[in-house]
Amino acid sequence: MHIAIIGNGISGITAARYIRKFSDHQITVISSESDHFFSRTALMYIYMGHMRFEDTKPYEDWFWEKNRIDLKKGFVEKVNHQDNELLFVGGEKMKYDKLILATGSASNKFGWPGQDLEAVHGMYSLQDLEAMEKYSDGLKRAVIVGGGLIGIEMAEMFHSRNIPVTFLVRETDFWNGVIPLEEAKMVGRHILENHIDLQLQTELKEIVDDGNGKACAVITSKGERIECGFVGLTAGVHPNIDFLKESGIEIQRGIMVNDFLETNISNIYAIGDCAQMQNPKPGRRPVEAIWYTGRMMGETVAYNVCGKKVGYDPGIWFNSAKFFEIEYQVYGTVMAKMADDHEAIYWKHTDGRKSIRVIYDKNTDEIVGFNLMGVRFRHEVCEKWLKEKTNVEVVLQDLAIANFDPEFYKTHEHEVLKIYNQKSGKNLKPKKKRGWTQAFKFLQS
Amino acid sequence: MKLIKNIGLALFVLALTIFVASLTLTNHTLTETVLSENIYNQYHREMIQQQAGDLMGKEFGSNVAFINAFKPVLNNSLEALDKASGVDRANGIWNAVPDKLPEGVSENNYRMFPNTVDDYLFALTKYSAGGLLPGNSNWFFLLSFILAALGGLMYLLPDLNLIPGIKNNQIYDSPATRGITFQTRMIFLGMTILASILMVFFKYLLIGILTIVAGIIIIYRIYKTNKDNNVSFSKTRKVTAPKGLGWIGISFGIFLILFYVTLYFFPEYITNWTLMLDPISESLSGNSAGRWFLYGFLYTMVMFVMGIRMLIKYRHNNYQLVRTGSVMFFQTAFAFLIPEFLLRLNQPYMDFKNAWPLDYDFFFEIDKMYGQGTEFAIAGWATSVGTMMFIWGIVLTLVVVPFFTYYFGKRWYCSWVCGCGGLAETLGDPYRQLSDKSLTAWKYERYIIHGVLVFAIVMTGMVIYTYLTGSSSILFLDSYNVRSWYGFFIGSMFSGIVGTGFYPLMGNRVWCRFGCPLAGMMGLVQKFKSRFRITTNGGQCISCGNCSTYCEMGIDVRAYAQRGQNVVRASCVGCGICAAVCPRGVLRLENGTVDIDNRVTELKTVHVKSISFTDGAFSLEGNEV
Repeated sequence: MHIAIIGNGISGITAARYIRKFSDHQITVISSESDHFFSRTALMYIYMGHMRFEDTKPYEDWFWEKNRIDLKKGFVEKVNHQDNELLFVGGEKMKYDKLILATGSASNKFGWPGQDLEAVHGMYSLQDLEAMEKYSDGLKRAVIVGGGLIGIEMAEMFHSRNIPVTFLVRETDFWNGVIPLEEAKMVGRHILENHIDLQLQTELKEIVDDGNGKACAVITSKGERIECGFVGLTAGVHPNIDFLKESGIEIQRGIMVNDFLETNISNIYAIGDCAQMQNPKPGRRPVEAIWYTGRMMGETVAYNVCGKKVGYDPGIWFNSAKFFEIEYQVYGTVMAKMADDHEAIYWKHTDGRKSIRVIYDKNTDEIVGFNLMGVRFRHEVCEKWLKEKTNVEVVLQDLAIANFDPEFYKTHEHEVLKIYNQKSGKNLKPKKKRGWTQAFKFLQS
Repeated sequence: MKLIKNIGLALFVLALTIFVASLTLTNHTLTETVLSENIYNQYHREMIQQQAGDLMGKEFGSNVAFINAFKPVLNNSLEALDKASGVDRANGIWNAVPDKLPEGVSENNYRMFPNTVDDYLFALTKYSAGGLLPGNSNWFFLLSFILAALGGLMYLLPDLNLIPGIKNNQIYDSPATRGITFQTRMIFLGMTILASILMVFFKYLLIGILTIVAGIIIIYRIYKTNKDNNVSFSKTRKVTAPKGLGWIGISFGIFLILFYVTLYFFPEYITNWTLMLDPISESLSGNSAGRWFLYGFLYTMVMFVMGIRMLIKYRHNNYQLVRTGSVMFFQTAFAFLIPEFLLRLNQPYMDFKNAWPLDYDFFFEIDKMYGQGTEFAIAGWATSVGTMMFIWGIVLTLVVVPFFTYYFGKRWYCSWVCGCGGLAETLGDPYRQLSDKSLTAWKYERYIIHGVLVFAIVMTGMVIYTYLTGSSSILFLDSYNVRSWYGFFIGSMFSGIVGTGFYPLMGNRVWCRFGCPLAGMMGLVQKFKSRFRITTNGGQCISCGNCSTYCEMGIDVRAYAQRGQNVVRASCVGCGICAAVCPRGVLRLENGTVDIDNRVTELKTVHVKSISFTDGAFSLEGNEV
């Protein structure tokens, strides 16, 4: 059986690897972006000079041949599902028995005047990175539009080369649609202390043409004109599915898939950023453009492709990011605006770059979520607490076993407990210590 | 801030220039006073004076001219004394004929030997110096050593103004730290191997040929691997530099290599540096500064300044602060000061933290260690400091090292205590990303480091055998030869010249990774029975590769992290940088006994857990690696 996979990102590659684990099917991974799988999340580190492109490849180049995973560089123009055939730009054709669509995302553009000018780019692909590099020489200022994870990464990239950045964010605080207000304000302060010109409640109105088809300034919703040599469009991403519009594969925002990641065409599957769940799990969005869900879908689809029906279940929500120097982790349900029946314990370090937020259900005292800034928590421990709906007092007394900061770091879990004690009038004492031994015993229990 | 940094850099370059230039700033005149102050042996002194003839009292414009003139003089003196004592190599008489020695004088007190020639050449060059430098050596000390340190600190301290965090910006764009291409690296390696062979060509012909052959095989193998993979020679390797060669790095590497070659093999050319250090050396040990004092002083000073750099760079990370403080302390106290004080107290020189087999000559002079003529017996223990040292050395290797490694992993030594590790973690930190992460490199690593470990054990076994039996020939080998081969190839060439000189070329842990027999030994403990491992944090890895890139030991940490597998590797020195640079909080260095025998089994990123690979039609055939 020949399995074709369009897209060599984390979803497609994970699928290919697991299919190879399970079977001897012929596997072809198709990409027009790069010859080999690289970690998209590390693109920023190439620009910042922390790593070379080679260092972002999770597998050495011999890996693919050794595991009989064929790599094909090319751009699929059309999927012809009646004939089980792919049509490439340039006219080449490829037959498949099963097809996995893992085409990822494309940067959002909201019809801004000038959005297609030169020196206007998103930050998603290797080609975007090359464009950033191209315009960086002698760049006097970059304007970044859209306050999400990619926007702040782009700001950090330019900042690493001492290029002044103006950062236009529509919201009243950075990313306050996703993280709670205190954390959003913390990141906002951190952006400012890095000398980024953060302009909140400001939107892009127009990108100005310099007369040669290249961007030379932006005009904001406040009417200000900001001269710049590069405009970064980072107002989110959408499924990269334009080439499928006439294919007969059902699409809405993304490619519609059922629990088994199957599309409406029986031998075609979709995974990762480009897939849209028909029945997302409670509390989950139908399209989740996240590294981790891409990896889980890749693994799940491999079972289904190999003939073993496995429903996609992303499990307990988790995610992470880094905002300049502040690391961020989240486990479970942490909403920008907390649900009415939830209660939060929020501890903040005096240096303003660390915080721990523990959220629980007011009525049942069950643990609901963790939000960490500048502090690392152990994924499996948090996951187990959340899965088992552990009582918040048990969690707070044992909180140290979740700590994943390096040795000799100060621990702050007792301070979180102290806040809870103050709030509840109780006098709970920490019961466990940080470290692998206690964490392991808990995980085994 | 930028200005202060630039001034600091300028001062450092100035100081370095003065430092190097100071080697040329002397003229040399050998007077009878110099001769008698430095050569106490009357037979040697008289013979040298006689052989020198007109050269006595003559002024030489430079140390090079002086050495060129006096090296033959000293060698002739050796020959003449040999002849006078009846040695006749042509006719197979290798030792002095007792009748021909002056009454009551032993052969060792009459004849000169090659190492005597080296010592005399060094002392005579050093103290025959006149001109600008000797009278102003304190000024030169300030303008070179001290000014370099101050300049360095001026360059480093302004970084305190930056927001604490990972500071690796533009490391791969800087010509100082971007490294070299694979071909350049092989050229350097090949040249070093060839040079070491040429240096010992006559002495160690056999081993020289073996090394050439080995070198050719290594280079051919790597070339072939690349060709077989059908990719261009440079592009397959992760060491490929992105934009041209790192010329500052290469220059720095060459400078270090030249420094080590001179230090080890031609110390008479750097006597001027030791002149500047005499006051300090005399105040510590009471002796004048020799080349090893110079080396120890420089080493400690460099580690201090670059240690401060490390402390500033990782001031948000307590593990790095404690660890860096620890290596700085052990270098200053244990490797530098305590041995000097021991000399002052007329005790044997000993670095108490330096464990065999890294300290490969520990058994070379067992006699000296526990006092001349003392039998190795309980009675001797209490009376001789040397005996205590000898026992400590053995306890250190056989008890302390395995025990601590079991508890904490080899990091307790390699990145907390060791001098080599200490320099790698401070001076070498800007180059940690240059280590080769490929699977091929790991293969070579395992052969080479365990090879060196076996070599060290065999060599030491032969030395002890010779000590116990008095016989130096074992099978077809002479234990003294094996000992000097080890000293030259492993002690000097590998740990010194390649170990440090290759920092900017192959990363900062070349010696620790490929060569150190102690690391090899501890690695076996760490791999098979230790509480240490690097745990990975569930599914949080995004495969970005920062951990692998900044692993100085060339471990592909990401390969473990992205599978959610704990890292248990013999080579890991537990520097903790992978955990520090991880942007998602995935790695943590941990100790624990609860799962000591299955530290590596679980794959935490495997998402679908309830399905068995082997139920019914579903079997594992693909076998991906």
